[in-house]
Amino acid sequence: MTDKHTLSVLVENKPGVLARVSGLFSRRAFNIHSLAVGPTEHPEISRITVVVDVDEHPLEQVTKQLNKLIHVLKIVELERDRSVQRELLLVKLRADARQRTEILQVVELFRAKVVDVATDSLVVEAVGTPEKLEALLAALAPHDIREIVQSGTVAIGRGARSITERALDRNHGLIQNAS
Amino acid sequence: MAQAPAPKPSAMSATATQARPATTTQARGGGEEMNGAQSLIRSLERAGATDIFGLPGGAILPAYDPLMDSTILRHILVRHEQGAGHAAQGYAHATGRPGVCIATSGPGATNLVTPIADANMDSIPMVAITGQVAAANIGTDAFQEADIVGITQPITKHNMLVTDPADIPRAIAEAFYIATNGRPGPVLVDVTKSAMQTQTVFNWPDKIELPGFNSGAKPHSKTVQEAARLLATARKPVLYVGGGVIRSGASEGLLKLANLSGAAVVTTLMARGALPDSHPQNLGMPGMHGTVPAVAALQNADLVVSLGARFDDRVTGNLDSFAPLATIVHADIDPAEIGKNRHADVPIVGDLKDVFADLVPALAEEHIKHGKPDLEGWWKQLDEWRTTYSLGYTPTDDGLGSPQHVIQRLGEISGPESIFVAGVGQHQMWASQFIKYERPNSWINSGGLGTMGFSVPAAMGAKVGAPDRTVWSIDGDGCFQMTNQELVTCALNEIPIKVAIINNSSLGMVRQWQTLFYNQRYSNTDLNTGHGTARVPDFVKLADAMGCVGLRCESDADVDATIKRAMEIDDQPVVVDFTVSRDAMVWPMVASGTSNDEIQYAKGIAPKWDRED
Repeated sequence: MTDKHTLSVLVENKPGVLARVSGLFSRRAFNIHSLAVGPTEHPEISRITVVVDVDEHPLEQVTKQLNKLIHVLKIVELERDRSVQRELLLVKLRADARQRTEILQVVELFRAKVVDVATDSLVVEAVGTPEKLEALLAALAPHDIREIVQSGTVAIGRGARSITERALDRNHGLIQNAS
Repeated sequence: MAQAPAPKPSAMSATATQARPATTTQARGGGEEMNGAQSLIRSLERAGATDIFGLPGGAILPAYDPLMDSTILRHILVRHEQGAGHAAQGYAHATGRPGVCIATSGPGATNLVTPIADANMDSIPMVAITGQVAAANIGTDAFQEADIVGITQPITKHNMLVTDPADIPRAIAEAFYIATNGRPGPVLVDVTKSAMQTQTVFNWPDKIELPGFNSGAKPHSKTVQEAARLLATARKPVLYVGGGVIRSGASEGLLKLANLSGAAVVTTLMARGALPDSHPQNLGMPGMHGTVPAVAALQNADLVVSLGARFDDRVTGNLDSFAPLATIVHADIDPAEIGKNRHADVPIVGDLKDVFADLVPALAEEHIKHGKPDLEGWWKQLDEWRTTYSLGYTPTDDGLGSPQHVIQRLGEISGPESIFVAGVGQHQMWASQFIKYERPNSWINSGGLGTMGFSVPAAMGAKVGAPDRTVWSIDGDGCFQMTNQELVTCALNEIPIKVAIINNSSLGMVRQWQTLFYNQRYSNTDLNTGHGTARVPDFVKLADAMGCVGLRCESDADVDATIKRAMEIDDQPVVVDFTVSRDAMVWPMVASGTSNDEIQYAKGIAPKWDRED
């Protein structure tokens, strides 16, 4: 049985590092469900959040392979119930005045936002767990959806501990040049 | 943290300064001013390189200018970049030091792809330097532009593009460090022409900062103790020895562990010579063409201790039925290998030298507690298999020479201090089976990738690395036709390798499979180089044209005299065309994808097992 796992991968902010990480997944035949990358509180470190559909054993293998990439500093699996996981969704709908009212009700229900309005269209923005966004999309489905764009999941552990700090603390990478 | 000594001006810099007083002067802050190309050459010297294999071209041209003045670097001009790559591999194989190859951008770089992939599969320390088009032209489909960093990403341990000349020393220092530490592998450094042509200040880094690089943990004492306890109590133990023992230089430790444990030892294709073949516990090679005792030992073992091996499909056969009764101890420097193919009951991560250093005394202590295990029954069984299913061959009916005989005599006459370098196919398997290896770094071949054409250039590299040892390339007629142009390099650079072409006029291993699995339909495996054929090319004439001595041997009776003649020539490369039967086959054999239990000793002859499972 495969399962979705969320990995936070801290990487050195070097050119090509995203290609190295994503390339490793495809090379070892792992299916990436979503991927998001961005800066962190340390300018030299970026954070990649990968959601993969994979069994426990191959997950261990891909984690070990990722760890071998020189620019990968740390990999943490974020368990669903011990982390906050969010995606961003933008939906463009065609809507006249009458349809707009119905759509606005759905938007309010899901605590989403309307971020662009024209006479015959609007754009809805929503942030939430993948499940919530799925439900929102289902609720909007009867309407005339023109475009959907969705970000990958970003995730952060609950509580005070910081994985970036721990990654930097390790500091085992300072190596004397023998020659 | 101690600082490494400041860079000393090398002999090369003195020469370069004389030649170009305007371009290399002492800059403020300690570094020396020079251009990026000079910095690249100086960096290679500082990294410890002495021999490099390469071929110049447009984008790498700036580096070849200061290279001409280097008194430290010997550059060997190859005839094809693939040859440079395999030569670097052979050099590393023979010496344990990183091999270095250099090529230009575009096609020069892509010609290195095969050797890089090969080095990656067989964990060979190698540094590949490629020129790249000027930084401003990257991404414009410029002349001879190829994204070699992108292309080699999945087949290198690491790679990098350098566009700023100030980064060159650090990049080279990191490349050598990464290639040789932890599990060895190839590192590619792609340097733009513009970086080489720009003035910079050379500063060799005092320390390397690689926060994400893990060079390997020390073995965990708990798992080492557990492994020792298992070895002290197992009744049918086998040490499954892989190429990691050779890479780690851990043969001495292995010998101690073998002697102390009394366990059976099998040495994989990459580990031949890790333990002397004359050692009474060495059962030889396991796997698809392994010896029956080696395969049977694994299939019947109650404990398999894997040492720097990776449970490759060519060793395990059908994975689910591999060593079905065994508890698995898996020691490797690369944590990703442990449990990759077969679950490890006892994982040990560490350099095998450290593993042996800890495991041998731990085992001695266990012996004090439990006494030595009684392995008499196990050895009685193993010896029975050894007697009944010893390695051998029967000559074919066509009256032509036996390839196995040629290879066996090569090993016996040339002796165990020689280096034998094989290509890929039947001759490779026979060379692994019929030569007795007594020391590490005496057997070189392309194991993981299985690269035809590996042998001649790799033998050249081995001879450059170990000039005092006799180096025999044992090649097939198919393999030889892929890369023999490097014999020109050998002839002109006084690299007197010896090549034994095991000429069966076919792509022999493919032909063997066609015989066994495709109803003897020989589709595209006939090469017309042997007896009664067009004999194109004529290998003796070809050798002669390339500045080598060419010899031919057409019968078993002439084998010894021909080998001796070849051994007498030491100032020129020698090529011997041993024409042999095309019907000879490699036995034993486990057919691809089947269980090791189905091993056939010879065609239609399968050993009987009475395993209690």
